[in-house]
Amino acid sequence: MSQMSAPTNPQAYLQSLSRWRPIEIVFWLATLLPFFLFPDYLSLASQIAIAALFALSLDLILGYAGVVSLGHAAFFGIGAYSAGIFSKLVWGEPLTGLVVAAILAGLVGYASSFIVSRFRHLTLIMITLGLGLLLHEAANRAHWLTGGSDGLQGVSIWPVLGLFKFDLYGYTAYGYALAALFICFLAVRRITNSPFGLALRGIRENWVRMPAIGAASRAHIRKAYTIAAVIAGIAGAVLAQTTETVSLESISFQRSADVLVMLVLGGAGRLYGGLVGSVIFMIARDQFSGIAPQYWYFWIGILLVMVVMFLPNGIVGGLSKITARWRRK
Amino acid sequence: MTAIALETRGLSRNFGSLAVSRDINLSLPVGARYALIGPNGAGKTTLINLMTGLLQPNAGQILLGGEDITQLEPQARVKRGLARTFQINTLFAGLNPLEAVTLAVCERRGIADRFWQNIAVNKDAIEEAYEILAKLKLGDVCYQTTRELPYGRQRLLEIALALATKPKVLLLDEPAAGVPQEESGDIFEVVAGLSNELTLLFIEHDMHVVFRFATHIIVLVGGAVFTEGSPAQISADPGVREVYLGKRHHG
Repeated sequence: MSQMSAPTNPQAYLQSLSRWRPIEIVFWLATLLPFFLFPDYLSLASQIAIAALFALSLDLILGYAGVVSLGHAAFFGIGAYSAGIFSKLVWGEPLTGLVVAAILAGLVGYASSFIVSRFRHLTLIMITLGLGLLLHEAANRAHWLTGGSDGLQGVSIWPVLGLFKFDLYGYTAYGYALAALFICFLAVRRITNSPFGLALRGIRENWVRMPAIGAASRAHIRKAYTIAAVIAGIAGAVLAQTTETVSLESISFQRSADVLVMLVLGGAGRLYGGLVGSVIFMIARDQFSGIAPQYWYFWIGILLVMVVMFLPNGIVGGLSKITARWRRK
Repeated sequence: MTAIALETRGLSRNFGSLAVSRDINLSLPVGARYALIGPNGAGKTTLINLMTGLLQPNAGQILLGGEDITQLEPQARVKRGLARTFQINTLFAGLNPLEAVTLAVCERRGIADRFWQNIAVNKDAIEEAYEILAKLKLGDVCYQTTRELPYGRQRLLEIALALATKPKVLLLDEPAAGVPQEESGDIFEVVAGLSNELTLLFIEHDMHVVFRFATHIIVLVGGAVFTEGSPAQISADPGVREVYLGKRHHG
């Protein structure tokens, strides 16, 4: 919470919380740098944008509403397979594929939200984990549809808007992933500054008090979970479309765990946490796996332990604390 | 004859073989200021939990404004005008008072599910929240994170959150619990200053406070209503003196 020195009027205060800060503009301008500075790393950059979008989706339920999920890759995978299969069965136009994937992920999210919204804590973690494993095995078994462990082959995506062909260097891929990330970010940013966003934070802060102020917490969680599933589905669809393949990994437990690590590293419940976390995680993976391909999780493990021990609000939380202290001086 | 705001009929609740509420029949007239007293373990908080729906009774009914609410979920009871505060602070620690009370106002107005609009456009709701805070002398700290507020202010925020639901009946579970005695008067001054149309039931151990602010006192012992009456009747009742006042037990 920003400290207000002079008493302002309450409405202006709440308005000020949602104002764009200069650092945010710098951040988004910096996302354009890979086009100019690292043209060789554009496919990594698009992987980062996709991971960031996925982490943003988890942040909405975990960071804001306090709903922990260990099976969030279910929606990522549904989005990825939907977009991939759609391109094979219908056509390769990417934007319609994205919409179809978002809708399908949202429907499954909505259906499972009726279970998820009833539970908390360990039970909830086990339920989301179980649902995730279940869908992973279903995708594995449905070889005729998904290609099973061989992956979905033959995905072919048309140029975006009929203009931008998905090229070998990843210019279009990164531009497409970044656009998806930015648009979804704007939507999530608006949600977190809305009355609904406040209600989600209320659920996170005190589950017991919510009914005592007349709030239907479960309905709120169902809605948030569905929105998060839609965004995760979009992230998965972008991965499928930009890589023109879908592997079982996209719906695996590993992906659910990775996204959780990214969000916690960056800082949950602060919008930019998942974004910063995914940048660090993905670059670390890229660099460390260059050194020792099989052992790179060792370093991620150390980083994770250090961050949760010394920066309980993640890297972004730690940074904002430092700048707040510096500003007060 | 005044209308009855809240009524219980034959309300009973057991935890295993232990009867924590036994055949409780109460009726609170509109605008009443009732105190609920009794020794520790008498079932006072249990009674409030039954009324607000955190616990389901094994038998009996609860009526709010003549309507049976026994089967309703806690949040549905709040929507119908039955609010409570908690003996142990049950606040939104990471929100500031303005956000917390605005949230409660938005929930009451049915706009808390609007995910597409900036909260700041809901000028009326924010102003209403600020008015409640100002009335409870929380205006100057309304931008401070709740967990950083002094304890006494947090107790007032408990009441502010309940008031934001615009209750007809307000159940206060030891509103001044844990507050130093010299400050507890301040909290009850706030309580006493609430609208006359609001029906109040409060649990309190400090007999000076009870006799000063209550128009009617219910004495609960061992999960059952021992007796009830005006403050004068209660203070003259030798039975009450024996089970409760005689102990001179505060806390």
